[in-house]
Amino acid sequence: MEFNLIIALSFLFIPISLFVYQLFFGHILKHNTCYVSIIGIGINLSLALSFFYRIFYNSPDDYILHYRVNWITTGNFNMDLGIIIDNMSAIMLVVVSLVSCLVHLYSSEYMKGDPRFSRYYAFLGLFTFSMNGIVLADSITMIYIFWELVGLSSFLLIGFWFEKTSAAMASKKAFLTNRVGDIGMFIGIMMIYFVGETHSFNLSEIIEKVKTSEIDSTYLTIAGILLFLGAVGKSAQLPLHIWLPDAMEGPTPVSALIHAATMVAAGVYMTLRIFPILTGDALTYIAYTGAATAIFAASIAITQTDIKKVLAYSTVSQLGYMILAIGVGSYLAAFFHLVTHAMFKACLFLASGSVIHSMHHSLHKLNDHETDAQDMMNMGGIKNKMPITYYAMLITTLAISGVPFFSGFVSKDAILAGTLSHYFDHGGITILLPIAGFGSALITAFYMFRLIFLTFHGKPKNEEIHKHLHESPAAMTFPLILLSLLSFAIFFTGTINPLSDGSKGWFNKAIGNGHNYVIKVHHHNNNSIHESHNLAHSNESHYKTNQKHDPQHDSSSDNLYNFTEHVAHGTHAAHSTAMYLSLLVASLGIFLSVIIYYYNKIDPNRFIKVFNIFKLYDLSKNKFYIDELYNNVIYKPFMFWSKVSSKIDWDYYDQKFIDSIGKITLSISNKSTNIDYNWLDQKVVDGFGKLTHFVSLKLKKTQGGVIQSYVLGGLIAVIVITLIVKQI
Amino acid sequence: MNNLQIYLLLSSLLFSLGIYAVISRKNAVAILMGIELMLNSANINFIAFNRFTSNLNNLDGHVFSMFVIVLAAAEAAVALAIIINLFKNLGTVNVDEASELKG
Repeated sequence: MEFNLIIALSFLFIPISLFVYQLFFGHILKHNTCYVSIIGIGINLSLALSFFYRIFYNSPDDYILHYRVNWITTGNFNMDLGIIIDNMSAIMLVVVSLVSCLVHLYSSEYMKGDPRFSRYYAFLGLFTFSMNGIVLADSITMIYIFWELVGLSSFLLIGFWFEKTSAAMASKKAFLTNRVGDIGMFIGIMMIYFVGETHSFNLSEIIEKVKTSEIDSTYLTIAGILLFLGAVGKSAQLPLHIWLPDAMEGPTPVSALIHAATMVAAGVYMTLRIFPILTGDALTYIAYTGAATAIFAASIAITQTDIKKVLAYSTVSQLGYMILAIGVGSYLAAFFHLVTHAMFKACLFLASGSVIHSMHHSLHKLNDHETDAQDMMNMGGIKNKMPITYYAMLITTLAISGVPFFSGFVSKDAILAGTLSHYFDHGGITILLPIAGFGSALITAFYMFRLIFLTFHGKPKNEEIHKHLHESPAAMTFPLILLSLLSFAIFFTGTINPLSDGSKGWFNKAIGNGHNYVIKVHHHNNNSIHESHNLAHSNESHYKTNQKHDPQHDSSSDNLYNFTEHVAHGTHAAHSTAMYLSLLVASLGIFLSVIIYYYNKIDPNRFIKVFNIFKLYDLSKNKFYIDELYNNVIYKPFMFWSKVSSKIDWDYYDQKFIDSIGKITLSISNKSTNIDYNWLDQKVVDGFGKLTHFVSLKLKKTQGGVIQSYVLGGLIAVIVITLIVKQI
Repeated sequence: MNNLQIYLLLSSLLFSLGIYAVISRKNAVAILMGIELMLNSANINFIAFNRFTSNLNNLDGHVFSMFVIVLAAAEAAVALAIIINLFKNLGTVNVDEASELKG
C-alpha cells in the first residue's frame, strides 16, 4: 500500500517539480529543456498505466488506493487531505497524463524558438499538477484548492503571449468568468459541509450522510446547484461559456490541453464526483443547462470561419452533452463521453495547430503579416500537402460526428439513449432534452465536415500560401496518429461490432452505473418502483417520514432506490431507437455538408440569405450577441453606476461636503492665526519682552561697577531692615 | 546713660563718618581712610563690650582688636598698592574716572 501511495503522490510531485525546475533552471538547457518535461510526464503516464490495469479486476465501488491525513483541526472544524484512486480516477489519470504528455511532445516543435520557451513548459507542468490534484482529491475542499490552481494555470497559459492585447484580455476574461462559478461552488461547499450532524468535507462521508440521514431536499438541491455552478464556469456551460472561445488566444497545444483533457473536463469530473448527492431537482436543472449549451454552442459553430473558434464552440457543445448526460442520470455515458471526447478533441486541436503552424510558416516566408493564419477562408485544398494531419483530422471528425466504428458514436449514442429514456419516463416538456441532443448531433456532423471541406478540400483560396505549406515534423504528427488511433471504438467497447452499445466492454465494467442514493423510497412491489420514480423528481420523496406515515406503506421496509440503475435499464432499452436516430441525424448532417461544401451544389450564401430573413445567420455569426449582451447588461450598467457613484462621491461628497469642511477650517484657521499672531504674539508675548527690555535698560544703570553706589544701597537697605526689625 | 552707651555712641559716630567718607569721597585714598575709620569703630566696640559685659580677666575683645589692627595694616598696604597701580595706569585716583563698565 505504501508503494502505491508513493506512486500516487508522484502524480503531484513530478509535475510540480518540473514546474519549479523549468521556472528557475529551464533556460540553462535552452531548447533541450523540453525533453526533461516530456520524460517527466512520460513517467507519469507509465505510472498511470500501472494503476490502469487494476481496473480490469476492480469493481466500480472499490478503491485501488485511499489515503487520508488530517490537515487542520480547530474545535469541531476538521479538514483532511486525502488521495483516492478508484476506477474513475485511474482512467482519468491515464487520460490526463496521455494528453498532457502528447501536448508536451507536440509543443517541442510548435513552440520552438519562443523567447519564453522554458516558462511555457513550466506552466504546462503546473497545469498538469493541478489537474492531477483534482483527479486524486478525496475531499471537496481539496478539489476546490486544485480547482483554483487550474484556474490560475489556465490564466497563465491563455495569456502566454501577453504582448497581444487580445490574449491578455482573454486570459483575464477566462479567470474572471471562472471566478463567478467558483464563488457559487464555494458557497455550495459550505452548504454541503453543514449537512447532517457530523460535519465533514470528505466526499465519501458526505455521500454516506446523504444516504443515511434525513436532509431537507430543498437545501440539498440548492447546494447541489451551487456546486454545479463551479462546473458551469470550468466546463463552459451557459451562461458562463464566454471565456472558452476567447481562450483560443493561447498557443494551440494549450487549447488542446485545456479544452480536451484538463480544465473543461474538471467541471464534468467534479460533477460526477458529487453525483450521488445531487437531488432530482438539481439534476433537472443540470440536464436543461447541458441541453441548452449543446444546441446553443453548436448553432454558433456553424457560421464561424476561424478554425479554432469552430473547435472551441464544438467543445462547448460536447461539454453540454456530458452535462446533459449527468442531468438525465446517465453517469456512465457522461464519463464515457468525457474520455472519448478528450481523445478526439485533443487530436482535433493538435491537427488544427498543425495546419495553423504550417500556415504561419508559409505566411512568414511570404512576409505576409496581414492574412489571418487561422481563418478557414484562407485555406482549402491542403489535403495533399499535409496528408497525416488530414487523415488524423478526418478520423477524429468522424468520431465527433458520431459515425459507427468510432468512439464518439458509442459515447454519444449512450447519452442520446439516456435522454430518450428520460423522456419515456417523464414525458411532457422533457422531450426538449432528446430534441436538443439529436439536434446538436445533426449540427455537429454538419459543421465538422464543413471544417474539413473548407480546410482540406476544394481549390486553394490562395495559391501563394498553398505553395509553401508542408507537413509538420514528426514530433507534431506522432501525437496526431496516436490520438486518432484511440478514437476508434474498438479500444473502448472491445468489440468489432459497430452497432454495439459497449455494454460488454471494459469501460462499462470499470465504471458501472454510478449511484444516486438521495432518492429514498419504500416499495414492496414492482409497480411502486415506477410510482416512486416519478415522485423522485418531486421534493416530497426525499422525506422518509412523508411516506412512513402513509398507511399503504406501513408494511414496507426502507430501501435505497438506485436511480442510476433504473436509468441504465432505460438506456439499454432505448439504445437501438437512439442509435438509429443518431445514425440518421449524423448522416443527414454529413450529407448536407457534402452537398454544400464538397460538391458545391448549393451556394451557402443562398442559405445565409434564407436564414437571414429571421436574422438567424447574423445571430449565429455574432455568437448570439452574448458578449455584447453581457457588455450591455452587466458591464455598461456597472460602469454607469460606477460613474454615478464616482460623481456623487467626488463631485458632491468630496468636492462639496468634504472640501467645504476644509474651507471652513481654513477660514477659522485664518481668524485664529490673526488672533494668535497679531494679538497674542505681537502684543502680549512681545509686550513681556519689551517690558523686560525696558526694565533691564533702566536697571543696568545701577550695575555700573561704582562701588560707592553699591555701598550706599547696602546702607539704605540696612537702615530699612533695621527700621522694619524695630517695628516688630 | 551709662558708660557703655557712651562708647557705643562714639563708635557709631566714627562708623557713620567712615561710611560717609566711603560713599561720598571720589578720591581713592580718602575712601581707604573711611574704611580705616569703620574698622577702628569696630575695634572700639570690641573693647567696650569686653570691658563692660565680662569680667576683667577676659581679654577676648583685646585679641580681636589686635587682629583687626593687623588686618587693617595689611589691607592698607594692599589697597595703597592697588591705588598706586591705578594711578600708574589711568593717571588719576578719582574712582569715578576709573569706571570701565558700561552702566
